[in-house]
Amino acid sequence: MSKMPKWADAILIPLISILIAFFFSGVVIWAIGKDPIMAIKTMVQGAFGSTQGVGYTLYYATNFIFTGLSVAVAYHARLFNIGGEGQATLGGLGVTLVCLSVPWPHWALALPAAMIGGALFGAAWAFIPAWLQAKRGSHIVITTIMFNYIGAALVGYVILNILKVPGSMLTESARFPAGAHLPTFHEMLAPFGISFNKNAPANMSFLVAILASVAFYVLIWRTRLGYEIRAYGQSESAAKYAGINPARIVIIAMLISGALAGLMAINNVMGEAERLIDNAVEGAGFIGIAVALMGRNHPIGIFLASILFGFLYQGGAELAFWESIPRELVVVIQALVIMFTGALDNMVRVPLEKLFLAFSKKKEA
Amino acid sequence: MDYLTIIQILDSSVRLATPLLLTCLAGLFSERAGVVDIGLEGKLLIAAFLSGAAAAVTGSIWIGLLAGVAGSLAFSMIHGLASITFKGDQLISGVALNFLAAGLTVVVGQSWFQLGGRTPSLSGDGRFAPWNLPFSDAMAKIPVIGPAYDELISGHTALTYLALLAVPLSWWVLYRSRFGLRLRAVGENPSAVDTAGISVVRLRYAALVIAGVLCGLAGTYLASLAAGFVKDMSAGRGYIALAALIFAKWRPWYALWATLLFGLLEAIGNRYQSIALGDIVIPVQFMQALPYILTVIILAGFVGKAIPPRASGQSYVKER
Repeated sequence: MSKMPKWADAILIPLISILIAFFFSGVVIWAIGKDPIMAIKTMVQGAFGSTQGVGYTLYYATNFIFTGLSVAVAYHARLFNIGGEGQATLGGLGVTLVCLSVPWPHWALALPAAMIGGALFGAAWAFIPAWLQAKRGSHIVITTIMFNYIGAALVGYVILNILKVPGSMLTESARFPAGAHLPTFHEMLAPFGISFNKNAPANMSFLVAILASVAFYVLIWRTRLGYEIRAYGQSESAAKYAGINPARIVIIAMLISGALAGLMAINNVMGEAERLIDNAVEGAGFIGIAVALMGRNHPIGIFLASILFGFLYQGGAELAFWESIPRELVVVIQALVIMFTGALDNMVRVPLEKLFLAFSKKKEA
Repeated sequence: MDYLTIIQILDSSVRLATPLLLTCLAGLFSERAGVVDIGLEGKLLIAAFLSGAAAAVTGSIWIGLLAGVAGSLAFSMIHGLASITFKGDQLISGVALNFLAAGLTVVVGQSWFQLGGRTPSLSGDGRFAPWNLPFSDAMAKIPVIGPAYDELISGHTALTYLALLAVPLSWWVLYRSRFGLRLRAVGENPSAVDTAGISVVRLRYAALVIAGVLCGLAGTYLASLAAGFVKDMSAGRGYIALAALIFAKWRPWYALWATLLFGLLEAIGNRYQSIALGDIVIPVQFMQALPYILTVIILAGFVGKAIPPRASGQSYVKER
């Protein structure tokens, strides 16, 4: 086990993998006849050059923290939850039902209630695949993918037939009451004399995401349940031998995972749109996979990876606007990050291990 | 519902089942050799894009076919590199390939054609022409059998007949050839194959080559059927093919029936946007979600237990 120091495993390998992924992203940009350096400049300028850019970057990052934590919880139990997209979609429905049910007087009351709504709906959407995996052995990867499609159809139906304002041309729910409005960074920072762009969608949810990250750390590394989840993920047979019930762990881990994905809706539905629109998640559930892989399923890593992807998302929007490179470029980068930090991990790890081994031998001699 | 409507629905079922069948057989070879292939979806998409692009530029779908197969093969080889050579996680590699295809097709498509990720529409030789089987015109006049022969059996494109032919061929290769025996063995017990002095790595790569070619055909078929590439046109067919594969319990003939069933569902969904049963109207969204719902029900094992090849999903580490 002591082939490599811990820092190399936790930081060096992901860093090299990401650099390789970015190199190939640059190749793609170059291949479609654009200048990669110029692209990076445009992206950095667009994402960090103004408080509006920062506001968008942090808004996207908030989504990815939730979905990244969602993927990571499941991954600690060695479950690959690709259903974050569907669970976040359903979470949006939960948040919407809560926000529209009562004329909320103040966000401090609406937020906790909306969080419960989003988490419950997200968890419920994860429950069926979890139960099928635990009790019937149905492959959770395929069932969660199927639930993404089913969730999109279900929420599409609910918006169109139940939530849509009668007579309106738009397929969206009614606007949430003013009391359910979450403070944006502009409103949060103004009392401190810091001026932040008024139109940037970053809001209170960002702080909730950070709290969720802390709770994630405590849960996974400081509680009995977290220990059981990790033990099950490391070795199912050893966990069974230690008296851990596998079906229970699978279901609980997936419920937490679904709840975290569902929580994302307080950011995109409640914080930004303030109503439920079709396809509100916009692929954030899938980005969670890249974020979790890149962040090594640790909250600090997930936080940093989320900021990076927030930057890519916002920068990508700027690229689409100024350089007419489609936003799907982010999907390409996301794919390359998943490929190199996830599947091709050994490509970097094995030579690096050899290098460290050779180095330590030299030291001994 | 009259006889002709039924024939037409069955006809479009065959049309829609063709790409599913080819993709399902691709997954069959791959998984029988022990390599799980979530990336079928991505291969379909990249093949559809490259074939659509090549056919649009050259005006020949056959050149498009070559391009589509080449793209799908390249993806297959990346999957092999990650999951066989570098012993990475096969699921993660497949997911990455799906995203890669979803992103690349739009980014590159926009750069080549400036049509928002579409390719120019195909016409004439840019699409596969239907094959009219002998006497179909003459037989069309015969009641009952005539329309069935003319509409349902005749008039499909070459790839449909090829896909149907691929079923017995796959069966023969898997169950009657030495290669097939070894391929199945490598998916069940790779160390035994290794002990016998046969290369596990080479066999698994061979399986991925076959899978790549089959997905290339399926993707080209999609582009030809829709007369051009549209963003995300695979629309989950790769996943449905995987579900059909599980439904078929990793067997070629069952794969044919499973994909025909999914084709039928899609055909009914396309034809009847919403179905009224007395007072209850089944909404269009339900019909769209039906193949996915059915997949979950099938995966739940309510239609019999499906046992995958024993070594599928595991990379083979040679003992030292």
